[in-house]
Amino acid sequence: MSVQDLEKIFQDAIDSEIKIEPKNWMPDAYRKTNIRQISQHAHSEIVGMLPEGNWISRAPSLKRKAILIAKVQDEAGHGLYLYSAAETLGTSRDEMINDLHSGKAKYSSIFNYPTLTWADMGAVGWLVDGAAILNQVMLCRTSYGPYARAMVRICKEESFHQRQGFESLLVLSQGTEEQKAMCQDAINRWWWPSLMMFGPKDSESTNSDQSMKWKIKRKTNDELRQQFVDMIAEQIKLLGMQLPDDKLKWNEQRKHNDFGEINWAEFWAVVKGNGPCNKQRLEARRKAHEEGKWVREAAMAYADKKANQKKQEAA
Amino acid sequence: MENKLIDHILHLADTTLILAQRNAEWCGHGPILEQDIAITNISLDLLGQSRNFYQYAAILIGGDTDEDKLAYLRKEREFKNLLLVEQPNGDWGQTILRQYFFSQYQYLLFEKLQNSKDEQLAAISAKALKEIKYHLRWSSEWVVRLGDGTGESRSRMLKAIDELWRYTGEMFVPAAYETAVDIISLKNEWEQKVKTIFEESSLPLPENVFMQTGGKQGVHTEHLGYILAELQYVQRAYPNSTW
Repeated sequence: MSVQDLEKIFQDAIDSEIKIEPKNWMPDAYRKTNIRQISQHAHSEIVGMLPEGNWISRAPSLKRKAILIAKVQDEAGHGLYLYSAAETLGTSRDEMINDLHSGKAKYSSIFNYPTLTWADMGAVGWLVDGAAILNQVMLCRTSYGPYARAMVRICKEESFHQRQGFESLLVLSQGTEEQKAMCQDAINRWWWPSLMMFGPKDSESTNSDQSMKWKIKRKTNDELRQQFVDMIAEQIKLLGMQLPDDKLKWNEQRKHNDFGEINWAEFWAVVKGNGPCNKQRLEARRKAHEEGKWVREAAMAYADKKANQKKQEAA
Repeated sequence: MENKLIDHILHLADTTLILAQRNAEWCGHGPILEQDIAITNISLDLLGQSRNFYQYAAILIGGDTDEDKLAYLRKEREFKNLLLVEQPNGDWGQTILRQYFFSQYQYLLFEKLQNSKDEQLAAISAKALKEIKYHLRWSSEWVVRLGDGTGESRSRMLKAIDELWRYTGEMFVPAAYETAVDIISLKNEWEQKVKTIFEESSLPLPENVFMQTGGKQGVHTEHLGYILAELQYVQRAYPNSTW
């Protein structure tokens, strides 16, 4: 069969909403795009453990501590499913992790911002997980089967995280003056970076068209961003807090909220490695990996020893 | 009698809380993703156990106290946890060995406590025992793996033993409030179990080590003050707030 024929069968399957599975023929570029996107997503889960893990030891009540530990642990679990989903495309976890540590692979820039106060745990849950969910709900219907199935599981847990984040801010918003101020400050700092999570504007996004055709993505960056603004603009009313954007306003004609311009210079600076915590985040990951080397080696050596013993016993 | 029970429950609560706090320091920094999840899971189990004990202590104490007041507003000299659990994580070997020593002890202790005449204490212990069985299996397997893995892992385990063995004796020296169980009677079995695991790991059992004590009475190593400074910071910085 010619490549053209294979490509036609492949695109027909996508157009008829049939999932692509690991053993199906697929164009190289489709494989590469999925590896890039799924591994980037996995790395985001793993690096994303750091800003929240930062507050586990200082969580203000035993209940909040338990919720936070469970949440960060869920993220590790998500990383695990996603690395496995990417492995079905012919890469390995080691390769992916090396690419993260060398700086070749990216992760979501949002995690390069610091978590400065306890209220940041609520704001991250509500805004960051809230933004992530919109993207992830769309990905539950992505064309690559293993990725779509991993996302179904992840979405269930993420929507729970978002509610927990909101609930913890709700408690602060009804608390003392200091707690209210802490809550507003966290929203001020996390709002714009959350909007940046949807990526560049459609007019400037390089990967969008092909990904839409292959149904890896089903909504554009700008569509998802608008959906997010509309959702949060409603939810914040329950908190009695403000979003830090004086251009934010309901537009009756568009039936959407208008909002101000994102600081794209900041967006690109963080993507290129100059965010407040890019350096610390990567260093923390590299350090964990390097310091774990002897543990992984010992586990391998021990497993080999046991396997040899078994062989000898059998002989 | 009542005060003895309260102190005993607080000792159990403090010990599980402090070990949960220590283990959680690994979250996001583990040597392998699967093991990062495992140690965090153990942390979460221990935290759950400590909450059950604090909540029960709060009922016994009465008034307006609650689990958070007990965990966040008591001071260094009031904490009754074992010295073992407040020791720093060190490397993965030291964390594993600390967990193994503790889980082996906790398993034997809770087997007895689940038959305690105090119904609440018995129920909490029986529930925890299911988790402890897993902690014990996981940590003992890792002791064997590291003890019998590579030259480096073995020498790291020897160092961990040298660091931690001196804090194990305290477990079997009963405090005045530990009347619910005959703690001394657990010592022999604990040593036998550890001996078996160490033999499997080709690790030597230390002899004639001077044992440190004091944790059960609130006389701690210098590490506890820092743990509490971090753990209690938000509650103390914003008093009388709801979180």
